[in-house]
Amino acid sequence: MSDALLSLNGIHTHIGPYHILQGVDLEVPRGGVTVLLGRNGAGKTTTLRTIMGLWQASQGTIRFDGAAIQKETTPAIAQREIAFVPEDMGIFSDLTVHENMLLAARGGAIDEERLGWIFGLFPPLKTFWQSAAGNLSGGQKQMLAVARAIIEPRKLILIDEPTKGLAPAIINAMIAALKELKELKEMQTTILLVEQNFSMARAVGDTVAVMDDGRIVYSGDMAELAADTGLQERLMGLSLEAHQ
Amino acid sequence: MSNSLIKPRIERPSLSQIIEAKAPLFLVPVLMLIGLLAIGSGSTWLTLTAAGLAMGMMIFIMASGLTVIFGLMDVINFGHGAFISLGAFAGFTILGLLGGWIESPSIALNLGAVLLAVAFAMLVTGLAGYGFERLIVKPVYGQHLKQILVTMGGLVVTQQLIYVIWGPDEIVLARPAAFQGSFVVLGAAIEKYRVLAIVIGLALFVAMRLVLNRTRIGLLVRAGVQNGEMVEALGYPIKKLFLAVFMVGCALAGLGGVMWGMYQETISAHMGAEVMISVFIVVIIGGLGSIEGCFIGAMLVGLLTNYTGFLIPKLALVSTILLMGAVLMWRPQGLYPVVKAH
Repeated sequence: MSDALLSLNGIHTHIGPYHILQGVDLEVPRGGVTVLLGRNGAGKTTTLRTIMGLWQASQGTIRFDGAAIQKETTPAIAQREIAFVPEDMGIFSDLTVHENMLLAARGGAIDEERLGWIFGLFPPLKTFWQSAAGNLSGGQKQMLAVARAIIEPRKLILIDEPTKGLAPAIINAMIAALKELKELKEMQTTILLVEQNFSMARAVGDTVAVMDDGRIVYSGDMAELAADTGLQERLMGLSLEAHQ
Repeated sequence: MSNSLIKPRIERPSLSQIIEAKAPLFLVPVLMLIGLLAIGSGSTWLTLTAAGLAMGMMIFIMASGLTVIFGLMDVINFGHGAFISLGAFAGFTILGLLGGWIESPSIALNLGAVLLAVAFAMLVTGLAGYGFERLIVKPVYGQHLKQILVTMGGLVVTQQLIYVIWGPDEIVLARPAAFQGSFVVLGAAIEKYRVLAIVIGLALFVAMRLVLNRTRIGLLVRAGVQNGEMVEALGYPIKKLFLAVFMVGCALAGLGGVMWGMYQETISAHMGAEVMISVFIVVIIGGLGSIEGCFIGAMLVGLLTNYTGFLIPKLALVSTILLMGAVLMWRPQGLYPVVKAH
């Protein structure tokens, strides 16, 4: 894919004695949502953490916007306009919602217009603006985690299972928020989303990659995968329809 | 996202929750009241209370750096005492050079000598902290047992270096003329130096709170204490912040060393290691990483040591350990833990 914002070539990652990623090749097209699917333990979270430099790749190259970043530190990678929403949300629970957002705005001040847009997506954040983030519910914390990633324009947002453990109503709300984010073309934001909730994956994904045993075993358009039950069965032993 | 999906509301905390949160704030006044009732004499109580608060402030100065280092960097620095001793000797060197100033009856010259000694001690210990972090602490991040071993080693090496530079003997550290003697307030004798220690300790506490709560650096430190990895993922180089905080923590130990040395009026290479027992007790009572908890803990230790030293001298040595045990039975993670034990 020629217009890839992010590409991983032959990435291997070891964590202690474990060889987790075993040659990941992945391309994330510019301007859309790529969903990374796979069973538990396939290496999805490790892929995101390796991209962010939180775990170092032992082999292979990661190119972002034309530059090789696999040897860079996590702060340097983040400063390339990459935001990360980890699986555990990474909320600073003793800080207020406001302070959490203030830290995410590296420019120093929060853009009020953009904040108004975020409040429109996630109204509870306005209500609890001065409350300790640790007092938020699980869904509200996830909203805060995503809001931090979009408080300033970013070229790429890595989101790790934003619907994990959330109630269906909150999941639908999250889908609506991500759809709105991707439809705002002026944002020019690319999203790499790790997700096991198939309805979410299908609703927001443009392209998809499926992982198994530390490798990418399929990549293509989401629409193709969603339409091909046989392919789903072969790749994941699952049908998307059975999991909606 | 529509409002109909989520209907958040903010509930006021219950009275019991408020009491639970604020209870540590009442410990110091309650201890002072108990002390007054037990001692009986108002003037004696006032003298002991001033001595206790001054001692507490100096322990706070020394402990504040340690608790922030532990909170942010997850480093158990048993070498912290080395910076207390080093600071005392560095300050002594400057006070020695400014002999004319400290003997002068001018308060301005006396204060100038103390401030210069403090500044030099903080500079020396801050720079020594840089070397200590790079050489000794950096290779053992995340490895508590090794941290204890290598920082203890660093403590021994620093003590030996002090022997080499200043000699092995205890040295008398004279207070400037203006800070010798006492005030008499309501019939109670209050040493002038203790008033200075209380003022400096309070100023440091206020300054640290302002920096931590009102500045972006403070925000980063507070966030880093909770989740350093996420701070990095937001684009901030937390390792540089670690180093800066370590240097500041060591510089505060140096400040405490000068203050403690002038308080004891003698300094030795072992003085830091000796006072570290009280420093660790204060950090544990306060809750790891907490400036507010450290402040309250230091006041409790200072007051209790002085009250029991007067009332039951044989109990003075163990009173702070009993206090720590009591606090931990009430709040197993200390008064205001920032870093939660798992």
